[in-house]
Amino acid sequence: MKIHIKNGRLIDPKNNIDAKLDLFIAAGKIVAIGNSPADFVPNQTIDAKDLIVCPGLVDLSARLREPGDEYKASLVSELQAAVAGGVTSLACQPDTDPVLDEPGLVEMLKHRAKQLHLAHVYPLGALTRQLAGKVLSEMGELREAGCVGFSQANTAISDTQVLWRAMEYAATFDHTLFLHAEEPFLAKDGVAHDGEVASRLGLKGIPSLAEVLALASILRIAQETGAKVHISRLSTAEGVAMIRTAKQQGLNISCDVSANHLHLTEHDIAYFDANCHLKPPLRSQRDKEALSAGLKDGTIDAICSDHSPVDDDGKLAPFAEAEIGSTGLELLLTLTIKWASEQKVDLARALAYVTQNSAQILGISAGDLGVNNDADICIFDANEYWKVGANTLKSQGKNTPFTGLELAGKVRTTLVHGQIVFQR
Amino acid sequence: MNNPQLDQDGRLRHLLSIEGLPKKILNQILDTAESFVGVAEREVKKVPLLRGKTVCNLFFENSTRTRTTFEIAAKRLSADVISLNVNSSSQSKGETILDTVDNLIAMHADMFVVRHSQSGAAHFIAKHVPPHIHVINAGDGRHSHPTQGLLDVFTIRKYKPDLHNLRVAIVGDILHSRVARSEIHALTSLGVPEVRVIAPKTLLPAQVEKLGVHVYHDMKAGLKDVDVIMMLRLQNERMSGAMLPSAQEYFKTYGLTQDKLRLAKSDAIVLHPGPMNRGVEIDSSVADGAQSVILPQVTYGIAVRMAVMAMLAGGQGGGTQS
Repeated sequence: MKIHIKNGRLIDPKNNIDAKLDLFIAAGKIVAIGNSPADFVPNQTIDAKDLIVCPGLVDLSARLREPGDEYKASLVSELQAAVAGGVTSLACQPDTDPVLDEPGLVEMLKHRAKQLHLAHVYPLGALTRQLAGKVLSEMGELREAGCVGFSQANTAISDTQVLWRAMEYAATFDHTLFLHAEEPFLAKDGVAHDGEVASRLGLKGIPSLAEVLALASILRIAQETGAKVHISRLSTAEGVAMIRTAKQQGLNISCDVSANHLHLTEHDIAYFDANCHLKPPLRSQRDKEALSAGLKDGTIDAICSDHSPVDDDGKLAPFAEAEIGSTGLELLLTLTIKWASEQKVDLARALAYVTQNSAQILGISAGDLGVNNDADICIFDANEYWKVGANTLKSQGKNTPFTGLELAGKVRTTLVHGQIVFQR
Repeated sequence: MNNPQLDQDGRLRHLLSIEGLPKKILNQILDTAESFVGVAEREVKKVPLLRGKTVCNLFFENSTRTRTTFEIAAKRLSADVISLNVNSSSQSKGETILDTVDNLIAMHADMFVVRHSQSGAAHFIAKHVPPHIHVINAGDGRHSHPTQGLLDVFTIRKYKPDLHNLRVAIVGDILHSRVARSEIHALTSLGVPEVRVIAPKTLLPAQVEKLGVHVYHDMKAGLKDVDVIMMLRLQNERMSGAMLPSAQEYFKTYGLTQDKLRLAKSDAIVLHPGPMNRGVEIDSSVADGAQSVILPQVTYGIAVRMAVMAMLAGGQGGGTQS
């Protein structure tokens, strides 16, 4: 199968390309950019006039809810959602049921995902068995089974002895750890940022201090052990400052922010909107601005979707009892575009946060349009608006704080391995 | 962002919190309550405003006092009243809040008086009921207890009619108190110029000053020259632990005694939402003393709850026509 994508504005952050260039695909690979290779006769031509052609998006944190929570979402529904959002590779969290702490489960997940021929799935294995924070999982075996890194999902390791040993062990074998910085005692039973809104609504707060203290431990132990650490879903201004300093001191660390936190604050909870029950909690305006600034100056490396589909019943409860999470795979691109336009950041630069940078963090070959790479490509209209809602989302989880909003950036075609896996 | 408490014409549809209610409606409730105070003194303590209506007290959290006063209020308005302690029945069988509510709507309940341990529970129910059903929040988690806030300002107004010239201190566990939040909003909305909160740092919510209050940690400084002292109940489980070392130490620093009371204005009044912990947050000599208006609060509470119910369901004042 040979495909010629013509007339598009080609953006490839990694290779510094932002120009009107054609792209040529053969046998699942990118074979040329710009001029057609000799004797290239396409089976199919895609006219990308007025559209942007970029690498398929790489998401650092998605929940597919399989195995175990199929009533919330399934592999099929969520991988369809991924490609509908232009996401062609994603890392999935281990907090499934059972937890991804067994090589067999990881192999099964990889195998099932592969058979669907949609987005590539890169599992993050559980760092500790059952995510209980006590016993290390078999990281070596899990890596062989296909895990690209290890995570504790939303839970923390409260025992610093275990955290230290986990990082030492991971450092020995060069495993990457994906850690969410939240001190569990300070965050206990909290459901919202410990600030003005939580005080007004009488919701139990999670202080910024919970992130700061956890981050301080993680950074210090990373420095001590040399472990490769990625901080998932940073949420506070203080956290951004700490990462900035750590990077200046030469620590090998990366971090991401969720698209939700780039756009929303505690005030979006309004009258107890359960769609805003997220982890980490939506924080203050000052935090939001610091996250944006951190992204701009390179302190924060990537934007993730934090895709966590929840079924309607899960959200049908008073705020604190409503399940945590929102759907995100189909919003990652559009929210990145929104951020870029609001912050006056060049779109090509902004796309790096959801393509090249995240691929580099995962250590996978994706996120750029280099010749001979797999043809994982997203073609979208940056100016077309669509309304977020149950009927426009493919994900089985329809809950998001952005419901009802008109957002710019609509995916037209997604290719994985040179195959069209989504088209509208 | 629509105010879930008001209908399209700006009239009261539900009473969920004081915050967000226009001053006009707050005054209307207080004025309507005034007209109900006399009902209890009549030989026949009933008015027919809610005849034929069914009021359902839906208590997901235990309460005797609040539930009783709502029951009496509804009965004095001639409504039929059902009281359910849901935590002891359906919830333990796994029925969701909405299932419970839907079943009661199917039985033609007209109004729900809801208490729940989660902040936002009343908003949640109000969001899901059909338009002809009214919801009154009788306390949701730490968030709000609007009829308590209203009865407190009603009581204050009785003794100190010029609200624009008052200094009020709220003392105790502000962090966990829905009563404190409602009092603060009621007082600031009605134009009380100075509202103080007095508590140790552990019992104050983050950025409490953004609610429009002045913060004091020293009770003696905080009580200086105030006209009204509103004491809060300290829950048993908070008396010792990470928030406070002991009830004794709390009483010593934040308990209201005659000595401390003397720092306030000589005609200052003392309120407490009940039930009181004598010797923990308040000394008996103060609770039973000349400046205490704690029992009148209870009496006025019935009039205020009658006013709210009448306005919501009876088509009175700012209430919707049914």
